[in-house]
Formats: sequence, C-alpha cells, structure tokens
Amino acid sequence: MKPAPFVRHVPRSLDEALKILAEVAGDDGRILAGGQSLVPIMAFRLAKPAHLVDINEVEGLDKIADDGQTLTIGARVRHAAFHKPVTANPLGALLAYVARHIAHYPIRMRGTFCGSLAHADPSSEWCLTAATLDAVMIAKSVKGIREIKAASFFDGIMSTHLKEDELLAEVRLPLLPADAKFGFYEFSRRAGDFAMSASLVTYRLDGGKMTDARVGLGGAEASPRRIAEAEAQLNGKAPGDAAFRAAGEAASAAIEPLEDHQTDAAYRRDLVKVVVRRALEHSLK
Amino acid sequence: MSEKAAITLTINGKDYAIAVEPRRTLADAIREDCGQTGTHIGCEHGVCGACTVIVDDAPVRSCLMFAVQAAGKKIRTVEGLASGDTLHPMQQAFMDNHGLQCGFCTPGFLMLAVGVLEREPDISDEDLIDVLSSNLCRCTGYQNIIKSVRAAAAEMRK
Repeated sequence: MKPAPFVRHVPRSLDEALKILAEVAGDDGRILAGGQSLVPIMAFRLAKPAHLVDINEVEGLDKIADDGQTLTIGARVRHAAFHKPVTANPLGALLAYVARHIAHYPIRMRGTFCGSLAHADPSSEWCLTAATLDAVMIAKSVKGIREIKAASFFDGIMSTHLKEDELLAEVRLPLLPADAKFGFYEFSRRAGDFAMSASLVTYRLDGGKMTDARVGLGGAEASPRRIAEAEAQLNGKAPGDAAFRAAGEAASAAIEPLEDHQTDAAYRRDLVKVVVRRALEHSLK
Repeated sequence: MSEKAAITLTINGKDYAIAVEPRRTLADAIREDCGQTGTHIGCEHGVCGACTVIVDDAPVRSCLMFAVQAAGKKIRTVEGLASGDTLHPMQQAFMDNHGLQCGFCTPGFLMLAVGVLEREPDISDEDLIDVLSSNLCRCTGYQNIIKSVRAAAAEMRK
C-alpha cells in the first residue's frame, strides 16, 4: 500500500511544466494535480509512474474566468472551488449542485476539475458535465495547442485522446441560456462512492414545451455522452411524468451497458431508466 | 529507492527537518519521521478518512498527499487541538456525547469537523451529515458523532 519510487518535478510555470512533460512522457511520466485518483492507484501499484510532474506550484493554473459566453476552468481548479456558484449564469448553480456529489469534502479540497477529465473515470461527475454541455478541452504541449471537443475526448474507461506529452491546460464550458433549467441525479450504494449511473439534463421552455434538451448519461457506459434518443423524447413536449418516463426508457434502450461484479447489463438498463427520470424530475424542483 | 529530499514540515507550529523520498505520504511522514502518532492510518487509499489533517486551513486526507508537497505549509494534527489542559470544544463534545468507542477513527473525525466548521461556521445540519459521511467509524453507528459535532458547532459559533 505504498507507492513505488518516482522522481518528482516541480515546475513553476506552465512552459516549464510542458518542457519537463515532453522530456519524461516517454519514460512513463505523468501529471500530478490533486492526486485524489492517481495516488490511490499508485498506492495499489496499479500505476508506477517513473516521473511525476507536480503542477501544484505552477502559477496561474487555478483561475476560473467567465467572459459572458464561456466559463474557462484552469488545470488546477479544485472541486471545492465550485461549492458556491462561480457565475450568476445558471451554469454556476449547476456546477455547485453537481460538485456536492463528488466523493467527499476532504477529497474536494484537493481533487481538480481538469484532473477528473484527464482521468476519465466513467462515473466521474465532471466528465458527465463536460459531455452533457459539450465542453471544449484545451490540450497544451511543447508542440502547441489543440482544442478537443468533449464528444471526441473520451476514449473508453479511464482513457482519453490526450497525447502523453499533453497537459489538459483548461476546459471551456459554454454558459447556459439565462432561462435554462437543469437537473442531476446519481445513484451509488454508499455516500460519496462512485456512481453506478448518473444523469445531467438541461433544457429551456418555449410556450410550456421543452426545447434544446440535453440528456447526459455517465457511469452506464465506458464513457459519458449525450443520449440523442432521450433528448428526442423531450423536445416539443411539456415537462412532466409522461415525457420524463419516455426519455428514461429511450436512454435505457440506447446504451451499451457496462457490466461489473456488482451489476449486469439488465440491472444497469433498469437503473438508467430511473436516474434519467429522476434527473428530469429534479429539474422541476 | 529514489533520492531523499530534505524538507521542513511545520506541524502545529513546530518545525520538523526531515529527509524523505518523494513517494513518502504526508501521513507516514507525520507519524514515522516527525513522531506525531495521533494521526492514524487506516486504508491508505483515501477511503476511510482516519488520516485527515488540516493543511493550510483545508481538511485533507494525508495519505493522498506526498510529504514533499506539504513542505512550507501549515499542518495541523490532533495533537494541536487542545490548549494545555483545556480540550478543544470538539474534543470536549466528543467526550460529553460519547462520540467515540475504540477511538481509532477519532483524530480523523476531529480534524475533519474542526476543519470544515472553521471554514463554514454556519453549515446546515444536513450538510454537516454529508461532511461526516467522509470518514468511517466501525463502532459508534455515527449518531453520537453527529451529536458531538452539532454540539461543538454550537459552542464554536459562540
């Protein structure tokens, strides 16, 4: 239960971090941000990185900026930064509500938003958020900058399309329309444990009918994503039990469920029906 | 073995000059290198919360931080709660409300609760229960821990 030996690098600037990362990436070098996922994995010796590039001392990575269109979240913004709304836009309330469901309070003091995305646990609340809201990931390396859309960022369980010498420098979330409604629900067996399924939904109302519906689903498949079949059941309908149940059914039918030692595919399909419906019900509260 | 780094940990206001490998967790350094054994180690992977300490005003799992990352920061452990013979209100409340049985998890609960209440003195009862779900206790069934922390919260707000 002790991590294997590694060499720690402590860059003070982003350029220095990228330079070191370029040097050690081929020698199993990793970024260390909050460490709340990486360190447990190292304790189990499931990961034995030879080098850690610790970005905790890098200036300027903890910034959150709202330019009226987009919320930009820096590489070392910790989960706890979202405990209170970071913007008056409905996105601020959405992020605050979702953040409360991430692990536990002391973990939220250290763990980071971008770190969660780079780690890409299928159950991650922030990965679900990024997929639902069509976030844009900004990957930086010594070779330059790449923008990666959320829909093409995740690559299965704990895997992304980041290259080994790239640092997820920031994530951009589009602000929500001022009249947007959101709902979130996740199911796990124990408080703070990994969600076995989670759903985040947003929509607007136009003459009492739902429009611009987004239904995101996490924890159910290898990567979180929007479920178009469920969204189609909402657009043009009045919010309520009939539409919410139809969306849950559609999501349940649309997925390729993960199976593990706790749950089989049939169980997860049932669960998805419920979490999508409950996320939608939450949007009315 | 990788090379040891010479660092200074500041625990409860006292400096400890130690030499540790980068892989040394803060929890191990506090106990083994600094001799402050009040901080307990349970699971060593961030699940149980027994090793919770306060680093620069934030309650954190000391098994999920490396000691080298805590150099130059203000670390507070259970040894620093009481002042002389006077227990911290949180310690007194755990005593008064039977908030512990075997006591193994208690240092972690104390630092968690003190750390959160110092940051958010007016936290709601509901949120407090969510906070206390961070740590594991296998004796008490949690009710007396919740009772203790609520009592201490009222005392700390005075």
